[in-house]
Amino acid sequence: MADYAVELHGVSKTFGAVVAVDRVSLSIRDGEFFSLLGPSGCGKTTTLRLIAGFELPTEGEIHIDGQFQGETPPYRRPVNTVFQNYALFPHMTVYRNVAFGLEMQKVPQGEIRRRVTEALEMVRLPGMERRKPDQLSGGQQQRVALARALVNNPSVLLLDEPLGALDLKLRKAMQLELKDLQHRVGITFIYVTHDQEEALTMSDRIAVMDEGRALQVGTPEEIYEHPANRFVAGFIGETNFLPGQVTEARSGEAVVVVDGSLAVHVTREPGVEENQEVTVAVRPERISLHGQPPDARAVPGVVEEVIYVGTDIRYLVRITEQTIVAVRRQNVGSDAAARFSVGEGVYLHWGPDSARVLTA
Amino acid sequence: MTEASSSRRHRLRLLILILPSLLWLVVFFLVPLLLVLAMSFGQRGTYGGVRWVLSLGNYVRFFDPLYLRIFGRTFSIALTTTLLCLLIGYPLAYFIASRPPRWRSGLLLLLMIPFWTNFLIRTYAWLLLLRDQGLINTLWTGPLHAMLTQIATVLPLPLWNPLLAVTSDPLPLFGTDGAIVVGLVYAWLPDMVLPCYACIERLDFSLVEAAQDLYADRLRSFLRVVLPLTLPGIVAGSVLVFIPSLGAYVTPDLLGGARSIMIGNVIYSQFMSARDYPFGSAISFILMAVMLLGTLIYFRLGAERR
Repeated sequence: MADYAVELHGVSKTFGAVVAVDRVSLSIRDGEFFSLLGPSGCGKTTTLRLIAGFELPTEGEIHIDGQFQGETPPYRRPVNTVFQNYALFPHMTVYRNVAFGLEMQKVPQGEIRRRVTEALEMVRLPGMERRKPDQLSGGQQQRVALARALVNNPSVLLLDEPLGALDLKLRKAMQLELKDLQHRVGITFIYVTHDQEEALTMSDRIAVMDEGRALQVGTPEEIYEHPANRFVAGFIGETNFLPGQVTEARSGEAVVVVDGSLAVHVTREPGVEENQEVTVAVRPERISLHGQPPDARAVPGVVEEVIYVGTDIRYLVRITEQTIVAVRRQNVGSDAAARFSVGEGVYLHWGPDSARVLTA
Repeated sequence: MTEASSSRRHRLRLLILILPSLLWLVVFFLVPLLLVLAMSFGQRGTYGGVRWVLSLGNYVRFFDPLYLRIFGRTFSIALTTTLLCLLIGYPLAYFIASRPPRWRSGLLLLLMIPFWTNFLIRTYAWLLLLRDQGLINTLWTGPLHAMLTQIATVLPLPLWNPLLAVTSDPLPLFGTDGAIVVGLVYAWLPDMVLPCYACIERLDFSLVEAAQDLYADRLRSFLRVVLPLTLPGIVAGSVLVFIPSLGAYVTPDLLGGARSIMIGNVIYSQFMSARDYPFGSAISFILMAVMLLGTLIYFRLGAERR
């Protein structure tokens, strides 16, 4: 029980007729960096607000540190939040902002001073005590917000898209810093983001959410390599979807006919039956291009477009009337001669583990 | 074009733009004000005119205990009015500002509707409510007294006697300082609500959530975050209520009766009955000075807190 910092059991939240969170169950381990990932409106922020206590669930139970929360108000929960817009108190100095939570808990002044100084050092912002929030840059405000939450030494830190307002370069730097900070303090982080790359970079585990439901929970690798359904496969990274029908389902292998004409060999997964309508998902970087068919499973196609992206070269290859497949090849100068050009006939090839058959 | 000539042209353009309002203020505000100032140093003529001399006599006369007492009462009535307006107006403003946006303008409209009626008529309405034969006292001495009498006959207990005695006479509502305060609070409440509303409406409510997230209960998150951030609205509203309350004339005249008069009534009677224009002018100037000083101190305090 105590191994889990936060547990949600069948939690739902409705606002009038709108179901914001739909029967979500999650078990977030102690000391874990856990991300709630999904597009805007998927219910990830509401889930976070339910844990913080700003909203109360319509149904279901929330436990923090094994304690049932019920209608416990936010100021009695052992969690602290880093808000999306930081929500720093504009009328207080940095010091007063960071000290606020400790003052409310009636911590002695001497200890407050020591802990505030420590917290500001931890977020690499010493000497800023007397500044007001509007005298700080976005990145600095972000650090103050972090210090203000962490200084209370909460069981769980909730972060609501905390890097959303920063520019790309600063965001990348802060991602690594946050991850490092989490390692040092050992506090459970629950991190809300719509940025799949950010979630993959930082998280121990991710819950992918859509329309209020948690579609899949797993490590970044599990989610990327074995997406549970079409939504997850499409939301995390880029994926080619080839709709088709299973014509053969042998042990270990299946054949899917795409667009009624093109046979594609895939690994047979449990639940895949003959005559079933399925979608074959293949990541663009898992496909190799060849001038001659390397084996019988290679899929023929015609290059429609070549896009130079710097680190990669993207090919769009038409394999049937209806379907175009994106292929990404790393731009390693040496095979510049081996590039294909528009209109050229090519063969696409991928390993049996690289294609996933999605039934949902 | 040199920098100097361009800035001169800029200033000229500015002057032309403000000229109409400047003229208006000079003719209808500054000139009368100076006239009153000059008059305040004069003396009352034998038949009510003004003798233009230079004397401080009118100002000295104000420090008579009679006038000081009236001034003191005026000050405390205005202060009470302001505090009551704040106690009623701020929560009301908070309530409106925390409704969904589509409700807010409607609620503000409801607040304003009574004030489309003429001020005198609204004050008269209070007179009809508060006087001895008014609505409240009619109910008090009528149905309430009758009901208590009935209960007393069915259930004779000594405890009814004081209640019966109290309800047999009308409540002394009309003609008191309390009646004036009620009238003034009613009259100036929107002036408190609107600036408070403007301030609270702009408040970022995620700050309140942040405070609650940081272990501040409702009361402490209000005192530490909401109140300091909406202080400018409170300051503005208080000044807007306090100033007209201090100079109130119609409300005490109608609701205060003969016993309770405010400094505004003294000024009126100096001009209209006593025909002592110079003394009336001097009181006016003293009142203005007090208002100015009070406002300055108040704004300074408000600025320091932030």
